[in-house]
Amino acid sequence: MLPPMTAPLRIEALAKSYGSRPALSGVSLAVKEGEILGLLGPNGAGKTTLIRCVVGRVMPNSGSISIFGEAVGSPNARARTGYIPQEIALYPRLSAEENLAVFGRYAGLGGEALATASRSCLDWAGLAERAKEPVMKFSGGMKRRLNMAAGLLHRPRLILLDEPTTGVDPQSRQRIYAMVEQLRQDGASVIYTTHYMEEAERLCDRVAIIDHGKIIASGTNAELVRESFGTRCELMLHFDSDSAPAFSSWASARGGTANGSSFRFTVLDPAREIAEILESARAESVPIRDLSFKTPNLDSVFLHLTGRALRE
Amino acid sequence: MILSIVRAGFMNLRRDRGALTLSFIVPIAFFSIFAGIFGSRGGGMNPVQVAIVDEDQSAVSRRLVEALQNEGGLRAETAPSAAKGGAAPAPYDSRSAEAAVRAGDVSVAVVIPKGFGAAPTGFGSEGFSGQAGAKLRILNDSSDPVGAQVVYGLIQKAAIQSMPDVMASEEMRMLDHLSGGLTSGQRARIDSSMSGLRAYVEARRNARDGGAAKGGAKTEPISRGIISADIRDVVGESKKNPLVAFYAAGIGVMFLLFSASAAGGAILDESDSGTLDRILASRVTMTSLLLGKWAYAALLGFTQLAVMFLWGAFAFQVELFKHLDGFLIMATATVLASSGLGLMLAASCKTRAQLGALTTLVVLVMSALGGSMVPRFIMPESLQKIGLVTFNAWAIDGFTKVFWREEPVSHLGPQVFVLLGAAALFFTIARRLARRWEVA
Repeated sequence: MLPPMTAPLRIEALAKSYGSRPALSGVSLAVKEGEILGLLGPNGAGKTTLIRCVVGRVMPNSGSISIFGEAVGSPNARARTGYIPQEIALYPRLSAEENLAVFGRYAGLGGEALATASRSCLDWAGLAERAKEPVMKFSGGMKRRLNMAAGLLHRPRLILLDEPTTGVDPQSRQRIYAMVEQLRQDGASVIYTTHYMEEAERLCDRVAIIDHGKIIASGTNAELVRESFGTRCELMLHFDSDSAPAFSSWASARGGTANGSSFRFTVLDPAREIAEILESARAESVPIRDLSFKTPNLDSVFLHLTGRALRE
Repeated sequence: MILSIVRAGFMNLRRDRGALTLSFIVPIAFFSIFAGIFGSRGGGMNPVQVAIVDEDQSAVSRRLVEALQNEGGLRAETAPSAAKGGAAPAPYDSRSAEAAVRAGDVSVAVVIPKGFGAAPTGFGSEGFSGQAGAKLRILNDSSDPVGAQVVYGLIQKAAIQSMPDVMASEEMRMLDHLSGGLTSGQRARIDSSMSGLRAYVEARRNARDGGAAKGGAKTEPISRGIISADIRDVVGESKKNPLVAFYAAGIGVMFLLFSASAAGGAILDESDSGTLDRILASRVTMTSLLLGKWAYAALLGFTQLAVMFLWGAFAFQVELFKHLDGFLIMATATVLASSGLGLMLAASCKTRAQLGALTTLVVLVMSALGGSMVPRFIMPESLQKIGLVTFNAWAIDGFTKVFWREEPVSHLGPQVFVLLGAAALFFTIARRLARRWEVA
């Protein structure tokens, strides 16, 4: 069912080419109220082009975009959209507070409203104590957080986060996740582009997988896995390298495929099939060194759909 | 290893067009301009433009006028040039000649006063016989310190070469006076010789284009020439530091261009950092962004000029406060044009490196042609005309009118009109070029 025209974001059949190179080919998607939609894809898939179309920085060749029912670039659409670019789009010589004052004014704020928004955003980003320091002295993680804060001063209802954790250490990444969780609690609608599967799994209500400018799948994490793999999962049996070749016929007779000194078994009914395989191994004295069990995730979905890993 | 470093250096240079331009094009451009200024006519100087006023209208004064008009080092005119298709203007009188000097139409005016022909030379002084003639008056614009001296020297030359008979007569008169009186025989022989000399001079004049001759005259001024003259600076005569205002304007405009380009270049940094995307995704439009940057660069430039002139007033007696209205008008028009140019240059470049190279080239060439480095009045006429395509020339002309010629602000119309027109043109082009940043 199509989302309502007044949905936070509604994109239909969007296409954009740079010369003869297509960047987007008929992208359609929508973001619901209060939803975090993950836009997952490898570098060069078209994520940033799509985001830049939504903020009016790229003119699509065809298709349509509406933001709360308004056209891209209209004053209402601009007022309700917050854009956090992939780059650290700040003035390095200005302090955190001064940067927020500048971008707040660009967003139409002033006076007490600006001061309040600035304080609130500094708190949200955990930078209140560093407010007076020039941004050039900040760590990469702090810059990222301020970069996010600078796009949210006017309390937009649709937030476009373009790879907000690029180049950030794990500790700062956790901090950014917490900030995004806070946005969800505040009821904002968010598009979160990333090529980190674990981010999409952790933060997003739904995920759209984009590759070569096309949305190749979308849904919740569980839906995507189910659509691609059903109830299938993988059992890996690991052998010592010198003993593995002797048991390849045993493994292939039970649907296993060799993978170095390991054998992979795809199972549809894990409880029953795994028990059968292990029982057979015990009966035939197969010297299993170790075993592992893997349920499919978004990485597996991407591999399944495109034939290559997400970060290739 | 060293060879590898050299090779890497050349590889980088080849790919950096800005650096390549700076390395080769700029020196060639500068060499050409300065060769044009100083060497285009075999090292000769521009003829000095002179207005001549003959109040005496005697035969002697007319001969002097004629001689000066035939002098190659001068462009001596007795009347302003006629406008195309217009009626011939009235000859210069002492007031209009002085006004022409003040307006910069001519460099020097020579006034031949009544009574000059009766006693043209300045042998001795007024004290000798009471017959010393009226001195020539040379009216000078002291921004051209050479002009008056050249004119004075050429008057002496004209006197010797074109009026030897007058010179000899004057010497005999002096000898008669100093020796206590010649005998009648001596006087008769001298008169006879002088008649011969006059006949010779007349014959020579007639032989040469119908009688043009070189004049002689005399007076005795402070200087020790044959012809005496008082040299008076009618422009800048009361100024303690005559050329400072000119250089304040020239150097000020040149550096305005550099700082305007740097200010305009901020948009390239913003484009690189993604800040431009963020700004244009907010409520800011490209037009308002450019207008903001234009205003910023203009305010910065205005402050720079104000500081420079304040320093000039403090350290070099530039009369800033006496001409505050003219300064405000010219500074405003100039900074609007320079910041518009800076914005246009920035909008035409893709990187800071490109902008740096282009700015250096454009600013230095404009400054050289427009008179920021070398006053335009010493350039050949063709270069002076070419210089008018730069707004440096108009800005410097305007500041010169204000601080040097002390003209009323109502005379700044042409300069202000050109500068504001240039500002509008630069901004329009910058806005058009900036469309590439608006949407991809």
